[in-house]
Amino acid sequence: MTEIDHTHEGHDDAHAPGSEVATKVGYSPVADIPHKPRVTDTDPKAARRAERQVAGMFTLSMIFVIAFVVAYVAIDKNAYVYIPVLGDVGASNVVLGFTFGAAVFLIGAGAIQWAKKLMPDVEVVQQRHDMASDKSDEEAAAANYERGKDESGFARYKIIRRSLLGAMALFPIPIIVVLRDLWITPPGENPAEILSTTPWEDGVMIIPDVGDQTGLSPETSRGIRPEDLPVGGLVSALPVDIGVIQEEEHNLNARGKASIILVRMDPSEIRSQQGEGWDYNGIVAFSKICTHVGCPIALYEQRTHHLLCPCHQSTFDLADSGDVVFGPAARRMPQLPIGVNAEGYLVAKAPFAEPVGPSFWERDRT
Amino acid sequence: MTTTVNTNSLGDAETTPKDDPLEIAGGATAKYVDQRLGSNRFLGRNLGKVFPDHWSFMLGEIALYSFIVVLLTGTYLTLFYKPSMVEVLYDGSYVPLKGVMMSEAYASTLDISFEVRGGLLIRQMHHWSALIFVAAIAVHMFRVFFTGAFRKPREFNWIVGVALTALALGAGFTGYSLPDDLLSGTGLQIIRGILQSIPLVGTWAAFLVFGGEFPGTDIISRLYAAHILLIPGIILALITVHLMMVWTQKHTQFPGPGRTNDNVVGYPLLPVYMAKAGGFFFIVFGIIALIGGLVTVNPIWIFGPYTPDQVSAGTQPDWYIGWLDGALRLMPNIETVLFGFTISWNVLVPSVIIPGILFTGLALYPFLEAWATGDKREHNLLDRPRNAPVRTGIGVMAIVFYGILWIGGGNDIVATTFNMSINAISWTLRVLLIVAPPLAFIITKRICLGLQRKDRDKLLHGYESGRVLRLPHGEFIEVHQPLNYKELAVIQGKEDIAVLPAPEKADADGVKNKLYPIHNLQHKLSSFFLRDNVQKPSKAEIEAGQAHVAHTSELEAPLHDYEELDQDPVGHGGVLHHPGMAMTNQEQIDQRH
Amino acid sequence: MKFLSARRRNPLVALFLLVAALGMTGVGYSVISSAKPAEAAMGSQTQVEDGKKLYLEGCSSCHGLDAQGTMNGPTLLGVGAASVHFQVATGRMPLAAPGAQAVAKDPIYDVEQIAAMSAYIASLAPGPAIPTAEDLSYEGADQAKGGELFRINCAQCHQAAGQGGALTQGKYAPSLMEATPQEIYEAMVTGPQSMPVFSNETLPIEQKQEITAYIMGLQEAPSPGGLSLGRLGPVVEGLFMWVAVFAALIAAAVWIGIKAR
Repeated sequence: MTEIDHTHEGHDDAHAPGSEVATKVGYSPVADIPHKPRVTDTDPKAARRAERQVAGMFTLSMIFVIAFVVAYVAIDKNAYVYIPVLGDVGASNVVLGFTFGAAVFLIGAGAIQWAKKLMPDVEVVQQRHDMASDKSDEEAAAANYERGKDESGFARYKIIRRSLLGAMALFPIPIIVVLRDLWITPPGENPAEILSTTPWEDGVMIIPDVGDQTGLSPETSRGIRPEDLPVGGLVSALPVDIGVIQEEEHNLNARGKASIILVRMDPSEIRSQQGEGWDYNGIVAFSKICTHVGCPIALYEQRTHHLLCPCHQSTFDLADSGDVVFGPAARRMPQLPIGVNAEGYLVAKAPFAEPVGPSFWERDRT
Repeated sequence: MTTTVNTNSLGDAETTPKDDPLEIAGGATAKYVDQRLGSNRFLGRNLGKVFPDHWSFMLGEIALYSFIVVLLTGTYLTLFYKPSMVEVLYDGSYVPLKGVMMSEAYASTLDISFEVRGGLLIRQMHHWSALIFVAAIAVHMFRVFFTGAFRKPREFNWIVGVALTALALGAGFTGYSLPDDLLSGTGLQIIRGILQSIPLVGTWAAFLVFGGEFPGTDIISRLYAAHILLIPGIILALITVHLMMVWTQKHTQFPGPGRTNDNVVGYPLLPVYMAKAGGFFFIVFGIIALIGGLVTVNPIWIFGPYTPDQVSAGTQPDWYIGWLDGALRLMPNIETVLFGFTISWNVLVPSVIIPGILFTGLALYPFLEAWATGDKREHNLLDRPRNAPVRTGIGVMAIVFYGILWIGGGNDIVATTFNMSINAISWTLRVLLIVAPPLAFIITKRICLGLQRKDRDKLLHGYESGRVLRLPHGEFIEVHQPLNYKELAVIQGKEDIAVLPAPEKADADGVKNKLYPIHNLQHKLSSFFLRDNVQKPSKAEIEAGQAHVAHTSELEAPLHDYEELDQDPVGHGGVLHHPGMAMTNQEQIDQRH
Repeated sequence: MKFLSARRRNPLVALFLLVAALGMTGVGYSVISSAKPAEAAMGSQTQVEDGKKLYLEGCSSCHGLDAQGTMNGPTLLGVGAASVHFQVATGRMPLAAPGAQAVAKDPIYDVEQIAAMSAYIASLAPGPAIPTAEDLSYEGADQAKGGELFRINCAQCHQAAGQGGALTQGKYAPSLMEATPQEIYEAMVTGPQSMPVFSNETLPIEQKQEITAYIMGLQEAPSPGGLSLGRLGPVVEGLFMWVAVFAALIAAAVWIGIKAR
């Protein structure tokens, strides 16, 4: 509280020592600009009012901090409260944020009000100097450089100089080389091949994607019968062994490229396919991973047979070989040839004929 | 030293420094520190350092303060967040996800939001302040650009600023990805696609970054290292350099009364600037906390855990990456196969080449402009944007280009909000992206030149008061008033630079100028930058003009008795002074004695 | 009800009212006589006849006199009672104006009339029936499981928070914030407009109930973090940051820069 008393008495005096101000060491001269006194400069009442405002804000800030602590202890973290405009909101978050925010904001508002109303508002001047150094500094720097060059013999020892440059050029190499094992490459594998293979192969049963597949063994998994899928129907699907693969690999990589969608249309509506007879009675299977940058797509419009990517709006026509009809994707959606197995469930008839997902450099060489 | 300061700020008669125990302790501490660090040498020179006052000079402060909030809240979050992609079964208090398998990263983010009291507040503050941080950087950069504050001697600081901008984007994106929710995971999927599009090394780069195939189990912990150590470390270092350069070079100022290229007019660091800047920190902090408490940001619990075969409609990145996503959406679908190798231009161009060109151009701009105009002088007085029409036009052009890409990044939201077709929006934006920026350049330049002409008129013919006066013989005239001192100083602050002369192909002796093509290009560029500028009238012309205006406006003098005398001295056409009013602070102080 | 008030002087009105009254009696009777709504959906003979009249008056111009479809509207043979109920009860049919897709509005027909029309269409060819109360009961269904299924099957169009999203050429997936369990069920089994069909064989009723439980949860969900901003994601957040938060910061900066009076 003592500071507040000081400012009160201080504000009148802020300009008072006037002429001394300009002459004191460390003070900058007042700018020669017309200056209009503030209300707080001329009216002591206004000054006192400003003082009370500032002190009031600081005090209120303290109260809000106490309110914050009370709210932290008192409000249940799962309680909700209705607040007009905001709606039903988490009570704890709103009250904590409001009290903390208000407490901090008031410190700032108080400080600025103090500066604006009670600290001097006379502008002062300082001179600038060119950034370039004085001649003497420049000469000193040059002389020192020459001395260093001379004493080290940098110019004379040609071999030292060149070998040093060579050493400096080479020494970052280990730092880069050790980054190689950011991917510990399994023996005999390379990225292009990995990207080109999926778990799909001849006879792999297609099962609907129901989320977490862990614990689902191929035996317990429910397949899809062609008659289950009506015309206009859509199923997000996976290979039957996805649960096993996930448990073996401890990651979601297989899911990221094996995921497909099955749609059924009137066979007469299929204008073309990527392979002869790749459908099964109008049921076609396509990769779910966009060929643009890899978002999973299942925005299937059953009337137009268009498949739209929600990320960048590439649109594919599933009735026409999955060709691109709009958007930034350059390549058609890879189709999976399907048929039924002896039990009458839908299965893949062959692996994907091309890599699924976004393009890569070696894509068309694999 | 301390005592001097205190007399200034407190200037107190009753409690002199000598008998206040706090003051005594403070003085002793200052001495103790000084004997070890020589700190008084620095303080003595710098506590009174002058900073000019203008709201637009605080944009960089917003960036700095929101960064401090990001650091504080981020540190808190690291105490609870687990950067792990190990799959766990969620068993927290958010029912709609109970029993769902998810990465530990996502689960711990849910815990921060629902189990840790105040955790959600801190998370939301962290996210809001990150959004504000990048926004403040962008606006600050535009302020610096449009006022020409990047000119000599401040080119280095501009480059540091550009680097900070790029790092801020990196910091934002790595942070956005950490919760491992469906939105952020889809963002990483896109990054994978972008990496793979890089010719020659792309496939390997993607495998190295993700530790194998996407999504793998490494990426979250790697992003975490970058997000909490690498990137903020470099940002912090560069901010230090940025501020030290501002400190040594002293802040630029707008033209105005008493302001020249060789001085700086403003308030001393202690107490005014310190109170204002310090106070502003708390205001920024406070507003972020309020918003963090009152408004939801990134409700990850709605999006669900990331799985590479799920996606949500309306998938977008945070605003500052939105333009890149928009570029990806608007790019036509071009892919070529050359000698069996695939180049995805549809991904490479919008996400690697365009940002590369933009950032390189941004970093080099100060040097390009200095070379094009042949301007080698030091500039401490800012340009008003109208006085550099080509630069202002380029800036607006960039904003329009960016804006269209940003709208492109939200074209699905635009489509559903305004009942439009996504396809129509995309095509419109594709056309606009080519047509609108040049148009914006031309319009902006024209507006700037118009404003320059208006300024010239004001100098020669004064200010149109809007008051019509009927003279005794019946003639109606509009009263023109002399400009007030402030406006006069601001308009006169314009610097005219001459177009570089056209080079000769050969000199008088017939020796061929080998550098002719380069010099000629420079001449052409300089002409492009400067030729349309409206020349400022000479000092004599201005004085004559203003004197003439003052004379005619005296015709109105008999009416003055009816007018209110007490007007804002800096307002348009206002009465400058009361009779006997102090002209300077010095006079004001003298009067009071 | 504009539809009705505009036609109340029509000479057919008396006949219509009579038929409607009869129809209501019939419906009332059938409801009383059997507690199972399933049978009501199958439709009594009177209901079918009432439905036929309503159909001929309101639908046949586009869907054809025998519901076989015309240039202006698809066939309704085999769409089932569920489809009719969904389209008419959500006001999508009759179509207000041609456009990219039918827009949901206040329904024109009342509950009995819709039941009659459903019964009529169902009588023409078999199709998905109106779900029973048992089908729709989502009590005790696993919301979290429903959430997973929602993100696999629904979120790609209707958005993770069920706020809807854009499709191609001006079409859109509507918001699910007002959808009832019956509408959700019917939409899944019938695949209205662009929406694909999620049959009970590929997405069993139990899973449909889980999804319904999740959507109902989304509808009622409060917002833990404060104002929800429509749950539309980062674009709206960015807009809010610029328009509200950054504007406030600039206002503060301007206030600091202005000289005090």
